[in-house]
Amino acid sequence: MRNALIGGTLVAIAAGVIGYFVVVRGTAFAAHALAHIGLPGATGAVLLGLPVTLGLAVFCVGGAIVIGALGRRAGDREVATGTVLAFAVGLGLYFSSQATRSSSTMTNVLFGNLLAISPQELVVFAAFLVGVVAVVCAVFRPLLFASVDERVARSRRVPVRALSVLFMVLLGLVVTMSVQVVGTLLLFALVVTPAATAIMLTPRPGRAIALALVLNLLSVWAGLVVATMFSLPPSFCIVTIACTIWLVVRLTGRSRQVQL
Amino acid sequence: MIGPNGSGKTTLLEVLLGLLPVASGTVRILGQLPGETDAIAYVPQDYTAAAGSALRARDMVALGLTGTSWGFRRTTAAQWKRIEDTMRAVDAFEVIDQRLATLSGGQRQRVAIAQALVSEPKLLLLDEPLANLDLRNQREVISLLDRLNSTLGVTIIMVAHDLNPLLRVLDGAVYLLDGHAHYDTLNGVVDDALLTHLYGTPLHVVRTVQGDLFVRGE
Repeated sequence: MRNALIGGTLVAIAAGVIGYFVVVRGTAFAAHALAHIGLPGATGAVLLGLPVTLGLAVFCVGGAIVIGALGRRAGDREVATGTVLAFAVGLGLYFSSQATRSSSTMTNVLFGNLLAISPQELVVFAAFLVGVVAVVCAVFRPLLFASVDERVARSRRVPVRALSVLFMVLLGLVVTMSVQVVGTLLLFALVVTPAATAIMLTPRPGRAIALALVLNLLSVWAGLVVATMFSLPPSFCIVTIACTIWLVVRLTGRSRQVQL
Repeated sequence: MIGPNGSGKTTLLEVLLGLLPVASGTVRILGQLPGETDAIAYVPQDYTAAAGSALRARDMVALGLTGTSWGFRRTTAAQWKRIEDTMRAVDAFEVIDQRLATLSGGQRQRVAIAQALVSEPKLLLLDEPLANLDLRNQREVISLLDRLNSTLGVTIIMVAHDLNPLLRVLDGAVYLLDGHAHYDTLNGVVDDALLTHLYGTPLHVVRTVQGDLFVRGE
């Protein structure tokens, strides 16, 4: 439980920071795509007797570099990306079927299992988090500029293409972490939903990131507590809380947006 | 910069900005190679449409000033002052704290122009700044650009489809004809034969006794 709490906290912070840019850049589908590309990495790693996190990271970051190099909107080329995803998930299933302790890994990757997080993974996640936060701080303004419009940013000599690849690599790392918490199928609710909620609540970039982070922490912590109290799957509780907050903010949003 | 659809106006603009390499020859702009000067600002067509509801007008303009600086730092009070002054200069100060998505087309165009201006460029390039604006907003944006040109001394090059709204402020025009760029003063450009050839449809220049000038089709 202690590991779950620490791991959940690390992931919540990383997902909150990167989620803001995912929403502003309009690459929500790319985040979704990376989670699915990670599946064969995870099940393949199990098949080869390697750590799941390693397999996930290699596939997510690899996929991220490809999507990033193709340009910002590549993740939203729906048919091509959807086809690649379907194949990736199929491949994940195949690897899983070849491995002996397959079904539990498969379920863990698809839906996450915060309670199965190991101390070694915590160390890796902490390193990922420090890396992600440090890089985002360093490139914050040019990344935001490039996210708003690539042409204008390029004309001002912002290295848009390099930033695009860099951002996708960061996203790949965050996806690797987040899959552990909520799984590939529910990842959207941790990486995209709280950031979208935060942006509905405030248009100020710094505040939106801080708020996304707080909402993520709230979802993960409260989710863990509720899951323990009622013996429910933690992923389900975390996702339910994040989505409920989003829904409430969205439904009550119109009236508030005017004064903010 | 005028010419029919597909004649290469936007392409030429992208070359000037260093966004596209030239196949042959060299381009110099303000004495430097494209993409090597900080003195050029660019407003693409439908610029702020993509930014959606995430940012306020203020943040959008701030990017023109601080969007190229690395490292994590807050926008200083002096920078905010400059951003606010620029929003006043484009007559959009009243929407400075609104989200971009809540602004009208004319207001967004002003915000986009403010973002370009805040870096104090010598040359402002605009791609179809009048597209999707109603007549009143077209007139106001043109007056604004004219004023910026005369008070701040910024040279303005804009890509335009329709000459008429611009005739009273133009000094001259670059026109792309048969694969070549030409430049002429306003009087040279508003010529029946040239415009008819350029647009591939019969056009007449009409001068009224009051001194008004406009171009019309048959």
